[in-house]
Amino acid sequence: MPAVSKGDGMRGLAVFISDIRNCKSKEAEIKRINKELANIRSKFKGDKALDGYSKKKYVCKLLFIFLLGHDIDFGHMEAVNLLSSNKYTEKQIGYLFISVLVNSNSELIRLINNAIKNDLSSRNPTFMCLALHCIANVGSREMAEAFASEIPRILVAGDTMDSVKQSAALCLLRLYKTSPDLVLMGEWTSRVVHLLNDQHMGVVTAAISLITCLSQKNPDEFKTCVSLAVSRLSRIVSSASTDLQDYTYYFVPAPWLSCKLLRLLQCYPPPEDGAVKGRLVECLETILNKAQEPPKSKKVQHSNAKNAILFEAISLIIHYDSEPNLLVRACNQLGQFLQHRETNLRYLALESMCTLASSEFSHEAVKTHIETVINALKTERDVSVRQRAADLLYAMCDRSNAKQIVAEMLSYLETADYSIREEMVLKVAILAEKYAVDYSWYVDTILNLIRIAGDYVSEEVWYRVIQIVINRDDVQGYAAKTVFEALQAPACHENMVKVGGYILGEFGNLIAGDPRSSPLVQFNLLHSKFHLCSVPTRALLLSAYIKFINLFPETKATIQEVLRCDSQIRNSDVELQQRAVEYLKLSSIASTDVLATVLEEMPPFPERESSILAKLKKKKGPGAISVTELEDSKREGGELNGGSDRGPDTAAMSASNASTPSPSADLLGIRSAAPINAAPAGAGSLLVDVFSEAGPAAPSTAVNDDGFLRFVCKNNGVLFENQLLQIGIKSEYRQNLGRMYLFYGNKTSVQFASFTTNVSCPGELQSHILSLISEVIASLSS
Amino acid sequence: MMQFMLLFSRQGKLRLQKWYVPLSDKEKKKITRELVQTVLARKPKMCSFLEWRDLKVVYKRYASLYFCCAVENQDNELITLEIIHRYVELLDKYFGSVCELDIIFNFEKAYFILDEFLLGGEAQETSKKNVLKAIEQADLLQENVDFQTRLFAGVMVPGLASESSGLFQN
Repeated sequence: MPAVSKGDGMRGLAVFISDIRNCKSKEAEIKRINKELANIRSKFKGDKALDGYSKKKYVCKLLFIFLLGHDIDFGHMEAVNLLSSNKYTEKQIGYLFISVLVNSNSELIRLINNAIKNDLSSRNPTFMCLALHCIANVGSREMAEAFASEIPRILVAGDTMDSVKQSAALCLLRLYKTSPDLVLMGEWTSRVVHLLNDQHMGVVTAAISLITCLSQKNPDEFKTCVSLAVSRLSRIVSSASTDLQDYTYYFVPAPWLSCKLLRLLQCYPPPEDGAVKGRLVECLETILNKAQEPPKSKKVQHSNAKNAILFEAISLIIHYDSEPNLLVRACNQLGQFLQHRETNLRYLALESMCTLASSEFSHEAVKTHIETVINALKTERDVSVRQRAADLLYAMCDRSNAKQIVAEMLSYLETADYSIREEMVLKVAILAEKYAVDYSWYVDTILNLIRIAGDYVSEEVWYRVIQIVINRDDVQGYAAKTVFEALQAPACHENMVKVGGYILGEFGNLIAGDPRSSPLVQFNLLHSKFHLCSVPTRALLLSAYIKFINLFPETKATIQEVLRCDSQIRNSDVELQQRAVEYLKLSSIASTDVLATVLEEMPPFPERESSILAKLKKKKGPGAISVTELEDSKREGGELNGGSDRGPDTAAMSASNASTPSPSADLLGIRSAAPINAAPAGAGSLLVDVFSEAGPAAPSTAVNDDGFLRFVCKNNGVLFENQLLQIGIKSEYRQNLGRMYLFYGNKTSVQFASFTTNVSCPGELQSHILSLISEVIASLSS
Repeated sequence: MMQFMLLFSRQGKLRLQKWYVPLSDKEKKKITRELVQTVLARKPKMCSFLEWRDLKVVYKRYASLYFCCAVENQDNELITLEIIHRYVELLDKYFGSVCELDIIFNFEKAYFILDEFLLGGEAQETSKKNVLKAIEQADLLQENVDFQTRLFAGVMVPGLASESSGLFQN
């Protein structure tokens, strides 16, 4: 159909647009545009004042050129002039221009605000709407300053027309979002809530968006909206399709309004009032029931509108998380959608179920759909749908299905889109760690990850597997064996070499007995990959080699040969060169004892939060709230390496096994080790002088050898301990200054009375050390 | 709320751009380029939603035009699809069997209609009748005042039949 313009067609504009479309090349287009710009410029500068129509036409042309993608640096003044015209279309074009080409010139802003103010006070609803639209479109700070107090007044005034109220509500919303400090709560706030009861559905539709946003920031102020929203929703849901006339959309009553009402209710917890709550539950049940009824129309618009309400209702049910019956029904409904013909519905069902999976009421119900979801992962043609399926598997994973889900995710990873691989790797790593009962399965999974998607296995993942293998005795042998086998593949990923190098370096001795993995075989295997690796990996391998020298003296000659060669000790990379030289020297001059001490097995790593989780959260970004919640629930149960205490732990550490505090913060574990209770004041009397063995006058000269050694080598630790008392020390030294804190822990259940301490510098030390001893500070009870 | 709406042809030519968040011109151009490329790369049977940056994108093709909206994560995708449909219905009623050419030659009207329907990224008036009444009222206002009727003679560009096919004919 030929383009006919209604009302007044601007012929010149149409001709110009045709010209542009007829241009055969970009250069021709630019030429034509420049010609027009010159024309318009001369007309604007001309001595003859332009009439409104021409001005409108030229401003519109400029707008068109701008929207094509070219820069416009004039015309603002003329556009602003149009605002003061009495002709509606001229005003309209003027407003459109300044909304699209926002200018920060203060003089222009002043004029614009003036024009808007005039239109707002004109009492002409069409002009008022134009002005309000402009403010909503631009929403600048200057406009907020000028109008933030006026607009609420317009909104709630009794004589404002409905169409103006609608625009005012959304205009105020825009201002509130961009300049919340300028929109002050006032008398108007309670009247705004009552707009929910307005008889004009359009006013309600517009007002509710405003109320939703305000409620999020000031929930108490607006909480009366909940009951009003429920009754409004209830009226809509139970209405016949003819009741709402033009607000019925393809046989669905007021779908937009229904969705908005359900959204508003998600800003608040379930209503406390029993009657309101009952009505709401009834509403939700009606919506769920309607989904099962045969559709009133075959058109996709009907089903989209109906399902939009359904999905929003399910969101509300999930948000409340308190009605088990509704949650299970919601889950079943979503389960049906999982296999729907329409891709959109399958996508939304997978997405919605993800949130449902984290609710304790429906978690089990969600799990029943695991086969469908796995099938979706394998067979869906749309990658976005497959990704939702992967997300859902992650969310529904728990101890009972972890192995199955991890296996499915691994096989999906083999063919997954590159853009999602890194996230998948992180998720598989998290699941494998969290639900590992048998850690050899965990090691297998991570090694598989490296094999399948090595490029996307970030450092955090392979650091973690090493940390876990180091900390768990029971899996070290298995890890060594598996990694050895994995390295035998002709082309293995560099990350595999890193992990393999480290593990064999630490635990290669556990498999050295078997002739197929004898020390030399292990070394040759690692060294065969050496030249293929990057510098950091090679550095790691060099460290593994020196560990081999310690573990397997028979390999010393071979390895030294390697270290000695020019490509190592004269390597252009400083780190490699240094390592080669130092390791070579170390292996030559150190006695076996020293070597063994230096290259002792790595101590277990302290407990800390998995950095993998942190990385996943960072990837997901601030928007994905539901994912973070899932992570929290996943984190709680993850108790890793519980109960394995080995290595040179201080006595205090092994005593404090109950919780896992970070050692450096909790001073020497005194608080957790000593079962002190705040003894009531009356129980202060000592039955015996418990320290009588020590003798009152003479300071104890018994040298605690063990404690002395510890004191010499360590800054922090337990100096002395017996059944009654634990003495701990924390010291720091800086050049010639040192500070020591001595802590006395009461291990009995009664308070010490008359407890004094005496610190002395005997003999020679007195002249060497200038000591300042302060008094015992107040005792701490735990 | 809706953050922006873009209308573009299958060749990637932008026909309408409505931004509901403040962004610099450079950012707008970058977003447009990237999103247009992403959407045009989608195959016909794929679903209408995709995750893009930290937003959700809902799109639908009507004849030669893609209607593409970016909404926030908590927004309802299906109702956004119907917002698109309602907008097309409004254009259709106003122009009478609307096609891409109408939007090209009367771009300012497309913006005016959109402003009566959506404001600040939210649905303002969902009654088709009321929106059209508002637009027509404004037109009437103009015709009353301005007695010089300038009828546009309907310039057709040959060879681009797709742009003149009605949007509802797929």
